[in-house]
Amino acid sequence: MTMPLASLGREIAGQLIVTFTRLITAPQSDWRAPPSPGQRIYFANHASHGDFVLIWSVLPAKFRRRTRPVAAADYWDRGWLRRLIGKGVLRAVLISRERVTRSNDPIETMASALDTGESLIVFPEGTRNLGSERLLPFKSGLYHLARARPRVELVPVWIANLNRVMPKGEFLPVPLLCTVRFGAPLSLREGEAKAEFLGRAQAALLDLAPREWHP
Amino acid sequence: MTPQQKILYLFEGLGAVLAVAWLAGWWLERKFSAAGPSAVIENLNARIRTWCVMVLLIALAFLGGEIGVILLFAFASFNALREFLTLIQTRRGDHWALLVGFFVVLPLQYYLIWIEWYGLYSVFIPVYAFLFLPIISAVRGETERYMERIAETQWGLMIAVFCVSHVPALLTLRIPGFDGGNLLLIAFLVLIVQASDVLQYVWGKLLGRHKVAPNLSPSKTWEGLIGGVLSATALGAAMWWITPFTPLQAGLIAFIINLMGFFGGLVMSAIKRDRGVKDWGHMIAGHGGMLDRLDSVIFAAPVFFHVTRYWWTP
Repeated sequence: MTMPLASLGREIAGQLIVTFTRLITAPQSDWRAPPSPGQRIYFANHASHGDFVLIWSVLPAKFRRRTRPVAAADYWDRGWLRRLIGKGVLRAVLISRERVTRSNDPIETMASALDTGESLIVFPEGTRNLGSERLLPFKSGLYHLARARPRVELVPVWIANLNRVMPKGEFLPVPLLCTVRFGAPLSLREGEAKAEFLGRAQAALLDLAPREWHP
Repeated sequence: MTPQQKILYLFEGLGAVLAVAWLAGWWLERKFSAAGPSAVIENLNARIRTWCVMVLLIALAFLGGEIGVILLFAFASFNALREFLTLIQTRRGDHWALLVGFFVVLPLQYYLIWIEWYGLYSVFIPVYAFLFLPIISAVRGETERYMERIAETQWGLMIAVFCVSHVPALLTLRIPGFDGGNLLLIAFLVLIVQASDVLQYVWGKLLGRHKVAPNLSPSKTWEGLIGGVLSATALGAAMWWITPFTPLQAGLIAFIINLMGFFGGLVMSAIKRDRGVKDWGHMIAGHGGMLDRLDSVIFAAPVFFHVTRYWWTP
């Protein structure tokens, strides 16, 4: 995939996806802490299949080229179109959600993707949140990843409204406005326990959520 | 003077006013630049730059004639509607109703204005959208907060589509002795209401002390309201020559639409306060969203339309 033609094709397709996403959602990106060119793990709430495309679309172009989403293989490795967009254009790091085995360790897969110096987008809830809870409890993956690569900063990202633009099971999007809010980076503290770290990360993410009107 | 000449004079005058405003903003920035950047002056200059773009867009729409104006306001409606519906809490069960609102009701309303079917465009949203969209949401079977969801969706369509569409609807009025001049009615409405906004802002910044509605808006003051409405009313009387009205009538109508515009801003501020946001959106630099710029026109347009229709058309 290092051929110039393939990378040109990826650049054009990527730009098309960005333009299309922006046209439908007119996303506003709101950086609570200024964007930084360093290596990062963006962790976000997850309610729609379009979530990582949206984050990817609002990142400044030069960061976008160095950022890969982490996605479920059982969805993105099925059918030629998803495979083309997921693997070909977005260069997704596909992980299997099946039981962890010796040959299938998602933490190892993500850590080795980080070792190339690129940033990742992850959804620590592990699955799409389709219920009425604002945020599902985080899976432990974020903690294990932070422990495996403790120098990489973790940036909380709240995505608002995309689940209303494209609810589960619908095929036409409603052009409502989306907001993507990036919080201040955090990292694993010396000797921090798993529950403590995950609680802190969840709180940092929830802190970015808009006020609820109907509790 | 033909209507075309009047429109030309109007845009030349606007160009001159904007050029003066641009120079004044540039002078203010230079004069106070020693004290560091000022948020007020930066916002003022952003507003002036955006005004230039908006006047240019309206001029292009006028060049396109009726279809240009209808497309411009349909575009404004589309953006206003997405800003409004973004702030309400619809659920999955409203998805089809929202799709119909955006892609059927909105285009159809502007199509009805294009074919000048007054009998239908004046009741289409208040009657037919009002009845059918709740049916669509009910069929989906989700009842949680059903009443709020359908009421807020209908309110969004009324504000963002029905009211806004009354600006291009002015093109459908047939006023004896005013043939070919209907674009000037639109120019009069938009010019006077927006001038009132700008003048209220200027008077408020210069003299504003006493707040009109401190709970709703920190920037609306009695000094701004009185100074802005009176000076924009005087401007309306002075612009009688682009309308079918006498100077006195033009002043009176300007007064009415300026008050409607002021209260429009107040109502839309109350909604923003309710939802905990400062601006409706972010598409117009320095102004916020489309609804932040249009709130006054939205409340003034239907009243201006009906006053003109009732007393000036046979």
